[in-house]
Amino acid sequence: MTDKKQQKKEQIMLASLGLFATKGFYNTTIPDIALSLKMSVGNMYNYFKSKDLLAKEIIKFVSSYFGKKIKVINEENISTKEKTRKIVEIYFQTATVKPEMLDYFLRIYLSTREVFKDGCEGMICVNDFVTEIMIYFEEGVKCGDLRDQDFFNAFGLFMGYLGGMVFLQGENVLPKNLNEYIDDVTDNIYKALSV
Amino acid sequence: MKKKVRILWLGLMTCNGNTHSFLNYPHLEQFFNDFEFIYHPIIDSEYSLEDIISQDIACDVLLIEGAIADDFIKADVLGIDIIKKYSKIVSKIVTVGTCATFGGIFKESHYKNVSGLHFREDKRTEKYNHLFEKTISISGCPIHPETLVSTLYAIKKGLSLKLDSYLRPKDYFAYTVHNGCTRNEYFEYKVDNHHFGELEGCMFYDHGCQGPLTHGSCNKILWNEINSKTRAGLPCMGCTEPSFPKQNLFSTKKNMGIPEFLPVGVNKRVYLTLAGITKAFKIDRLQKKLLDD
Repeated sequence: MTDKKQQKKEQIMLASLGLFATKGFYNTTIPDIALSLKMSVGNMYNYFKSKDLLAKEIIKFVSSYFGKKIKVINEENISTKEKTRKIVEIYFQTATVKPEMLDYFLRIYLSTREVFKDGCEGMICVNDFVTEIMIYFEEGVKCGDLRDQDFFNAFGLFMGYLGGMVFLQGENVLPKNLNEYIDDVTDNIYKALSV
Repeated sequence: MKKKVRILWLGLMTCNGNTHSFLNYPHLEQFFNDFEFIYHPIIDSEYSLEDIISQDIACDVLLIEGAIADDFIKADVLGIDIIKKYSKIVSKIVTVGTCATFGGIFKESHYKNVSGLHFREDKRTEKYNHLFEKTISISGCPIHPETLVSTLYAIKKGLSLKLDSYLRPKDYFAYTVHNGCTRNEYFEYKVDNHHFGELEGCMFYDHGCQGPLTHGSCNKILWNEINSKTRAGLPCMGCTEPSFPKQNLFSTKKNMGIPEFLPVGVNKRVYLTLAGITKAFKIDRLQKKLLDD
């Protein structure tokens, strides 16, 4: 794929994320997305053959976005606690600066499984992100900071907690700004996972 | 009558496992048409160990079985002195087994400076540097008789063997034991689901199999011409590797569910990405008994 075509695809995905977040996934149509980008509907189909395919590409895009950020953290020569803090920070900052990304993950990917059941089985479409989280856990255990346990047990604790906080923020329930929770959330996660 | 290659089989710190494995070579009669032992620990030979020590007997190949230590005594003399004497006489030295190559389990003993002839685990020792060029290593606990005999025939024919960094013939040690394993389908789709002795399931994920990280031909040149550990339902224990023996050979060391030791040359990110994809699919055929209707 040419760089230009890839850039256009990313532009469409970003516009879609915005529309999904404001209008909802089912209320947003391909013509809506085309209109927001001043593209013809026909041209849109040159990039994505259907809304379902677009949906799957977007979750891979979001996963890759987080995967790249966490990879940088994994490659830093810092303690597991510091890595934990940085992952929490990135998650909450993204929820603040690019809320549509996490909104898509939490409100569309996780709750619209019928769209993702073919082609996004298991964790295929979020592999980039999950792989980096696995490496964070594995290296944490290997250096003696984290307790060895079932991966999903630890994954659920970490990501469920972060997702829950972001969801509450999205519902305007939290009394404080999300970023003000970074230290406490980091402490709680680290205490729960460490040896 | 054609000249036979004369071999001294010298056992030092050893359980004699390689000696016994050699007896399973299926064409010994042919072998003895081409080779003769001037001394062998359990096969009748022309000379006694006492003769070997007290005289300088003509010999072509020195086979060393067992680990080497500075203070290990064999028949009232230092084992290393026997090596020193015969290494000058022979044109080739073969370290037979993992102990003679890397030190093996005898590294744990109280003897002084226990190692293989040129390596202590994966670290090169300097003491016998002058013998490095004439040495070939056949690691294994025990050695595969076919590998040893074929190597001896290569020496007899004057063939130049390509060796790896541990002096092992690449023909037998460039591949991993995973190569030729009949359980590869289960490996590909990350299905362990194994019970010891059964045909189904890959033993890499839970049962400690080191096949994908062990160099050897066990699944290409079968043992006793019929079988291998993994084919019989037992995990590969990595017996040809410098690190042998590791501990807990029947369980896979994992950190948060991820194997600590990955297949040779496979990057952790690549492994996890592939694992994530394959684990997403449930292959029904691999979940049940192969011979079920």
